[in-house]
Amino acid sequence: MIMKRLLLSAAALALSAGMAQAQYSDNKVKIGVLTDLSGTYSDLAGQGSVEAAKMAVEDFGGKLNGMPIEVVSADHQNKADIASSTARKWYENEGVDAIFDLVTTAAAVAVREVSREKGKIDINSGAASTVLTNAQCSATGFHWTYDTYALAVGTGTAVVKQGGDTWFFLTADYAFGQSLQAQTERVVKANGGKVLGAVNHPFPNSDFSSFLLQAQGSGAKIIGLANAGSDTINAIKQAKEFGITQAGQKLAGLLVFISDVNSLGLDTAQGMQLTTGFYWDMDDGTRAFAKRFGARMKGKMPTMVQAGVYSSVMHYLKAVQAAKTDEGIKVADKMRELPIADFFAKNGKLRADGRMVHDMYLAEVKTPAESKGPWDYYKILRTIPADEAFQPLAESTCALVKK
Amino acid sequence: MMTILGIPVQALFGQLLLGLINGAFYAMLSLGLALIFGLLNIVNFSHGALYMMGAFVAWLLLNLCGMGYWTALIVTPIVVAIFGMVIERTMLRRLYKLDHLYGLLLTFGLALIIEGVFRQLYGISGMPYAVPKELAGGWNLGFMFLPIYRGWVVGASLVLCLGSWLLIEKTKLGAYLRAATENPALVQAFGINVPVMVTLTYGFGVALAAIAGVLAAPIYSVNPQMGSNLIIVVFAVVVIGGMGSILGAVITGFMLGLVEGLTKVFYPEAASTVIFVVMAIVLMIKPAGLFGKRS
Amino acid sequence: MTRLTPQTTLVVVLIALALIAPFGIYPIFLMKGLCFGLFAAAFNLLLGYVGLLSFGHAMFFGFSAYVTAHAAKEWGLTPELAILAGVATAAVLGAITGWLAIRRSGIYFAMVTLAFSQMMYFVAVQAPFTHGEDGIQGVPRGHLLGLIDLNDTMAMYYFVLAVFVAALLLIQRIVTSPFGQVLKAIRDNEPRAISLGYQVDRYKLLAFVLSAALAGLAGSLKALVFQLASLTDIHWHASGEVVLMTLLGGVGTVFGPTTGAFLVVAIQNYLSEVGSWVTIIQGGIFVICVLLFRSGMIGVLTPWLKRRGITG
Repeated sequence: MIMKRLLLSAAALALSAGMAQAQYSDNKVKIGVLTDLSGTYSDLAGQGSVEAAKMAVEDFGGKLNGMPIEVVSADHQNKADIASSTARKWYENEGVDAIFDLVTTAAAVAVREVSREKGKIDINSGAASTVLTNAQCSATGFHWTYDTYALAVGTGTAVVKQGGDTWFFLTADYAFGQSLQAQTERVVKANGGKVLGAVNHPFPNSDFSSFLLQAQGSGAKIIGLANAGSDTINAIKQAKEFGITQAGQKLAGLLVFISDVNSLGLDTAQGMQLTTGFYWDMDDGTRAFAKRFGARMKGKMPTMVQAGVYSSVMHYLKAVQAAKTDEGIKVADKMRELPIADFFAKNGKLRADGRMVHDMYLAEVKTPAESKGPWDYYKILRTIPADEAFQPLAESTCALVKK
Repeated sequence: MMTILGIPVQALFGQLLLGLINGAFYAMLSLGLALIFGLLNIVNFSHGALYMMGAFVAWLLLNLCGMGYWTALIVTPIVVAIFGMVIERTMLRRLYKLDHLYGLLLTFGLALIIEGVFRQLYGISGMPYAVPKELAGGWNLGFMFLPIYRGWVVGASLVLCLGSWLLIEKTKLGAYLRAATENPALVQAFGINVPVMVTLTYGFGVALAAIAGVLAAPIYSVNPQMGSNLIIVVFAVVVIGGMGSILGAVITGFMLGLVEGLTKVFYPEAASTVIFVVMAIVLMIKPAGLFGKRS
Repeated sequence: MTRLTPQTTLVVVLIALALIAPFGIYPIFLMKGLCFGLFAAAFNLLLGYVGLLSFGHAMFFGFSAYVTAHAAKEWGLTPELAILAGVATAAVLGAITGWLAIRRSGIYFAMVTLAFSQMMYFVAVQAPFTHGEDGIQGVPRGHLLGLIDLNDTMAMYYFVLAVFVAALLLIQRIVTSPFGQVLKAIRDNEPRAISLGYQVDRYKLLAFVLSAALAGLAGSLKALVFQLASLTDIHWHASGEVVLMTLLGGVGTVFGPTTGAFLVVAIQNYLSEVGSWVTIIQGGIFVICVLLFRSGMIGVLTPWLKRRGITG
């Protein structure tokens, strides 16, 4: 008898709680920033991306058609399963309308799957792999800031043209590293260069001495670093330590962020050439953004990923307003319709495969003498026009591209 | 050019030398671990985190107090050892009579806390720490260019390992320590303060980890995860060497550095895993490790 | 009508709550708790009842997840067959590694299991079918027995709950059976068990294989719930986490590991927005548990419950 009552009351309690949660309000726009807040990529994305998103919301006015705009964030710790379950929870349970940043390809692909299933928008500023605009493309998924193709074309072409025609690769042993190596190899060969060899190092790795020794032994003029984050930093530091750069070989960092240069110091990083989608000190627009960003981030300057988050959030909000709805596919169509013209991308455009094409920049790290102050790290050698920088639409394997 | 299995001899020697340098770090760290286990019966899972603390304290000393590398080499182990001794006094002390499991879990928890705190404070990218001027540059050995600093690391670690071994095995203090942990009641009856000996032992083990951290700071990125990447490898080294044996830990450390170096030449992807294969094989054949004594 | 003991009442109430929980609490969170709860219970079978601490249980959990994911996605097997494939793989892996590992005991046993787990991790990183860092994504949940569509969250939840309850009942039966008594005897005094004529190694191996198979079952379920199998499941941190869950909940109790699992999953869930603090808190829990709550939460609650005549 008592048991029956217990069961009934428990059931009633749960049901009422359930009912209260079952209806969620759609009277607001909720933006999720899913990034690496504590791991290898937390400096190039992380909290900076969250702040950039908040800045975009504030600049937009904080409200959309009278509804409040909310920003939530979470740490996916570079793990596909945490990213996937957080995205699912956000979409199913917390009314998040779109997810941004998504650094780390494995996490990005996991969220892309969930977003596609739910018909929600995900805009990737952080991950590198071109798989997001090829096999994993989606009608509501976008790739905003850069990708391995752009990096390969930018840095690869420039280095080979300057005489760096023999290469040896130091590659992080996972999909991103291998894809970066493959695409750079293609560019090097297309420009008349030769690849003398390559070695895979474990990801992550702290001691590169033996791999650098192999690179040295190959005699290649250029040592291509197909890795990122602390792997790249360690490789560069140790290359200096082992006198590799002094002996004449040059390092080509295929994915380097301004946060990495800050960590290395100009003394070690000087002369390195890299491809970037954004630099804070290019014009008044970028400087203004950077100054405000710096005020919120203890003086740090934004990386291209963080600037890309600002740009993508702003564009998304404009599209939601114009489309008069937050339904994924309709907003996505509107996003493709509207052009992108902000400090990040002067004449940006969204393609059918989800790629946001914009100009990229070839930069070189200044020497300590050339640098006039903190964060004055790059000189821009060349602007790579959008149609040259990114994979031609005709070559994309995305099913959404009409051939 | 002569080749062995397709690799030029010169390159092979270069890799072996590099392996030896890595082995020096393994040896130093496993020495501290073996000491703590051999004398205190605690499986000190926080060893990696304390090594990381050593590197960070050196960095902090440089950036906050202007103390250079050489001062840091002396001050850092003392600072971190004090921290370690406080932990021993307040927490580890209660676990001596219990199963190994609890010491392991407690120190694992401490490692998580220490790592989390440093990650929260300093992010993950790593702090720059320059090679001291006196040790910059390198020697051209013909088959490779050896940075002077790395040579210094091998030399310093050999001195530390040898010194520690001498201290424990050949001095009176060492004899007291060994006796105190084997039969505390009897030694206490002789008037020796056993709890203090035990605390000092833990502090010494921790100091070794910290000094390894200072040595590592200029060449590896000073970041909160530097210890957790190493800790299970160091454990493998200690187990292979024989958990109570100091000599075993040191020799195995250098040896494993060499094995890893060779693997990097022939099958680089397996470089992180080869140590565990060796451990599995050794444990099957010699259950107490290469130099261990069956308890 | 038979009298309902307080213990049975508790179990029935818990099951009733579990049946209605998904209407109020996010079901994916509940399923994660159930999967890890099963993983912890499987681990506890070895630790609490046989006295063997394994540091490599992630290899069963993770590798089984990969096999199930691959079977469901590439071979198109229905969920129950995919799960069976995963469990069978885990059992075979358990037999091989167990046969080698049980020759050692204590810390050496733990290190041997860790070594094997690291080797399996390496296999997982290198083998093409696992897709390395990306993992196997987009795993279809399929139709259970060809009839019930598991893409429906509620259907999936009840399926997972049913498997979980069945597995826990199985563990309970094992532990209270004569076989289980021998295991406890081995844990308490192995030399004596040997002198009584028991083939100790065979018992230990069988317990190891059962534990591995159940851990594999947990991994298979997880792969279907999240539709993803990744390196995280087979990394040594996962082995460490299951130790944490079991310790927190209470070693050697039936409900302990599951409680611990739910707690840890809850912490990860609700604190995911504060980054490093999760690590610090997990570390803090370890420390506090070892120093103060060595018998875990259930262990602490047990005397209280005993006084009310509820537990046994």
